[in-house]
Amino acid sequence: MDLSEQAAMLKRVQEIEFVAIDLNLYLDTHPCDAEAVNDYNCAVEILKQLKKEYEKCYGPLLNFGWGGYSQAPWRWAMGPWPWEL
Amino acid sequence: MWIYEKKMEHPVRVTCPDVKFAKMVITQYGGPDGELSASLRYLNQRYSMPTDNAKAVLTDIGTEELAHMEMIAALVHKLTDGACPEDYKAAGWEGQWTQHDSGLFWSDANGVPWTAKYIACLGDPITDLTEDMAAEQKARTTYEHLICATNDPLAKATLRFLWEREVVHFQRFGETLDTVQEWMSASKHMWAGHGME
Repeated sequence: MDLSEQAAMLKRVQEIEFVAIDLNLYLDTHPCDAEAVNDYNCAVEILKQLKKEYEKCYGPLLNFGWGGYSQAPWRWAMGPWPWEL
Repeated sequence: MWIYEKKMEHPVRVTCPDVKFAKMVITQYGGPDGELSASLRYLNQRYSMPTDNAKAVLTDIGTEELAHMEMIAALVHKLTDGACPEDYKAAGWEGQWTQHDSGLFWSDANGVPWTAKYIACLGDPITDLTEDMAAEQKARTTYEHLICATNDPLAKATLRFLWEREVVHFQRFGETLDTVQEWMSASKHMWAGHGME
């Protein structure tokens, strides 16, 4: 398994999720900014797709029921863990 | 409730291990102006905020700070990767090796353990948001010190991201303070957790 390939794919998820995070904070203090809500929704759209592709290759990013159906054997616990990437 | 996303918020990279620098970076793990202090401070203060938006800001920034704490942990982990006791002694961090092996723990750059004395919650939203703004500035300054103290461009890039976030958080808290003050000055709103009379 090529860790650098995994890191590269994950980086794209990190980039778009960061857009969502930063807009989330902005919207917490500017709840009426409709344009920003729109930008947030655009990021959500792209993020959904990127996460789907990443998780298909490398397993779930979320657990406790939020990562969708699991395969057997259980993929959530499989490495590498984020500080090892 | 918290859920864990199995990734860093931003990549954490180093060019090569540097135990001496790890000893400095650890302050943003368990030091007074580090990410643990920030996250616990904000997540705890949210229970005594008067408006929904303030509760959201403190919850979301508090959560992001946990992600930052994770990045610092990863940074220290990589800076000490493969280090032996001799490396820790050479770096003047033998206390860390003795007490924690290659494990992490919350202390500042001088080995002073984390304490709840680093944070406060007075229950007054103006007081607490003002503390939060100060906290973000202190964190920003600390990151500037760390960025200056290394020549590693990859470590610098990681720290620079964290530095940028402090600037943004300061902005968000300022906006929240503004909104909360306006809300409190509107005569129909009385925010006193308990009456003052």
